[in-house]
Amino acid sequence: MSDGHRMLTVLLFCAVVVATLAITSWAGRGRRGSAEEFFAGGRLFSPLENGFAIAGDYMSAASFLGISGLIALYGYDGMLYSIGFLVAWLVVLLLVAELVRNCGRFTLADVVAARMRERPVRRALGTSSVTVSVLYLVAQMVGAGSLVALLLGTRDGLAHTVTVLVVGALMIVYVCCGGMRATTWIQIVKAVLLLGGAVALTALVLVRFGGDLPGLLSAAAERSGHGREFLAPGLLYGGGWTARLDFVSLGVALVLGTAGLPHILARFYTVPTARAARRSVVWAIGLIGGFYLMTIVLGTGAAALVGPEEVLLSDSAGNNAVPLLAAELGGGAGARAGAVLAALTAAVAGATILAVVAGVTLAASAAVAHDLYASLRSRRPRTDRGEIAVARAAAAVVGAVAVGLSLLAAQLNVAFLVGLAFAVAASANLPVLLYTLFWRRFTTRGATWAVYGGLVPALALVVLSPVVSGSAHALFPGLDFAVFPLENPGLVSVPLGFVAGWLGTVTSRERPDAARHAETEVRALTGAGAA
Amino acid sequence: MRNDDPWSAALPARALPTEALPARALPTEALPAEEGGHRAATAAPAVASVPPVPPGSVPAVSSASPAGCADIYLTVQRSAAFQRVRRRHRAFVLPAAAAFLLWYLGYLVLATGAPGLMAREVAGVLNVGMVAGLAQFATVFLLTWAYARHARLRRDGPALELRWETQDMTRVAARHADVPADGTAGAARGEGPR
Repeated sequence: MSDGHRMLTVLLFCAVVVATLAITSWAGRGRRGSAEEFFAGGRLFSPLENGFAIAGDYMSAASFLGISGLIALYGYDGMLYSIGFLVAWLVVLLLVAELVRNCGRFTLADVVAARMRERPVRRALGTSSVTVSVLYLVAQMVGAGSLVALLLGTRDGLAHTVTVLVVGALMIVYVCCGGMRATTWIQIVKAVLLLGGAVALTALVLVRFGGDLPGLLSAAAERSGHGREFLAPGLLYGGGWTARLDFVSLGVALVLGTAGLPHILARFYTVPTARAARRSVVWAIGLIGGFYLMTIVLGTGAAALVGPEEVLLSDSAGNNAVPLLAAELGGGAGARAGAVLAALTAAVAGATILAVVAGVTLAASAAVAHDLYASLRSRRPRTDRGEIAVARAAAAVVGAVAVGLSLLAAQLNVAFLVGLAFAVAASANLPVLLYTLFWRRFTTRGATWAVYGGLVPALALVVLSPVVSGSAHALFPGLDFAVFPLENPGLVSVPLGFVAGWLGTVTSRERPDAARHAETEVRALTGAGAA
Repeated sequence: MRNDDPWSAALPARALPTEALPARALPTEALPAEEGGHRAATAAPAVASVPPVPPGSVPAVSSASPAGCADIYLTVQRSAAFQRVRRRHRAFVLPAAAAFLLWYLGYLVLATGAPGLMAREVAGVLNVGMVAGLAQFATVFLLTWAYARHARLRRDGPALELRWETQDMTRVAARHADVPADGTAGAARGEGPR
């Protein structure tokens, strides 16, 4: 990348940052300062707006650059990822979205606390929500650091460190100054930019091939050097049975984890009714599904037009496939149009990262202020003002912790970190949520056991996995205490979460509270008394 | 977009009479929506007569005494109308969720465990794996459409009806219990430590 083009990329990045800050200050105008406003954006977003915001929250830079890069390098196996990410939304739509909207106010713990003893439940779910959010944040920020270094064409650690610090500072500013309203608008703008960019590039690829999709696939297969194997599974996950089992584990974590991600659940509180929550998920599924279909075209297009050698040369994980494809479509990196397209793609990826980290930070700060802080404090009634002040401080602390961890974990694989966040969400948050909504006999002890019984095994299995020790690219390559063979714990820890919840319920002496179960069930299905 | 949702116009915290009126004026809405509009129009003045409450609290449910509310929710839960709504919800949601999770898991296991089968060609460059993958996308879109349609036609109307009935009952209970309808008590309920 030449200096002039690098300058263009930096300028576009700055434009994105200025635009998001403008949104923040605009959304912050005339705020009433209530908790409703800060955590849920006043609950007045329309299904269309919220659908775009959900899509913006969900489609991270990892999907845009990572998945299309994987498709460019490994063909079919890259597609397996996108299918897992999309199918997950059926769990959200069918089992979670409407019921959560009707039962809760700001966080996941609200739903469970409506039926159970409040303090232990809030403490457990607050802890697991913050853990999931921090893992997810670290994944996004590590990704941001390497991405920016990659797009600017520098390989030194300084660019990575500076990027992580700048992204961390910006996300704290968005959340503290703008709350949910600013975060939502940033997501919407980002989703429009991302989808617009994807549509434009997809159209250019299709025009290049004259709309001949089989021709595109054949060309990609031919240039990939794998022939027809490129279009069938096995290139990436075709190794031993451990690798295959590992991918099944990741698939389970992806599909069940989405419904337990705190920042996704928080999005349902920004619309007025359960019906609006359902319609926003329908919008989101349409947008996300369309986007992942486009990544298939982009990935195979990069394989066919750029070629895997050049993609690998730029970045061994394939993350640079789409910017390279954009440059190629514009007439090559030397041409002005190619450089502009590549810079635009990079700027969209930057907007993507900023928006996702803002959403996750807000969810984490809500979990701290609304759940953890509230459960630790004395029984004095809470005030909105106090809760928001705590949330702002929590956003700063969570942001700082995430920045610190991201600098430490700079060498870890981003896809692994994202998979880990999904696995912890699926193990710790989903069982308790489903039991609360669908099981009459569920008790407080069952709820806390379900959370800790999923959270602790998930984290422990990661510590005992080859990611931390015992392999060449582990966190501690010198040590070897890797007794668990899989990198992703989902296949074991998700069932453990469900079993722990069941065990805790059948062993507890506490009778399930029939009246509060009735209240939860009636409110969940009818919306009576919903916040 | 915001105002075509009959529920949003009918929310007690926001249902100012002026907002509720257009909903009643719409003549050709679907039946459930029209019911919602009328309900909102009739319920709004009752809400408006309650002393001002802080934004976000729910006057209808929260101002009742907890004991009265618990009885009301138990009564509603046992009612035939609610049982029907719950049956319709579960009869769709649980089998559908089980079916697509099995279908996805089967696809995942086949793709990782039997790549040979997935590589078998069907037509041109299309192989079994490609068809199965695209079928996953199709399943998601189809099930989304089916669920949204089922919920809209079979569940939204009765659920909305139950919502107003429940909220009317809690409001009446609150009046009988002679609990002052102040919003601070309401704000504590459903969010604060009990």
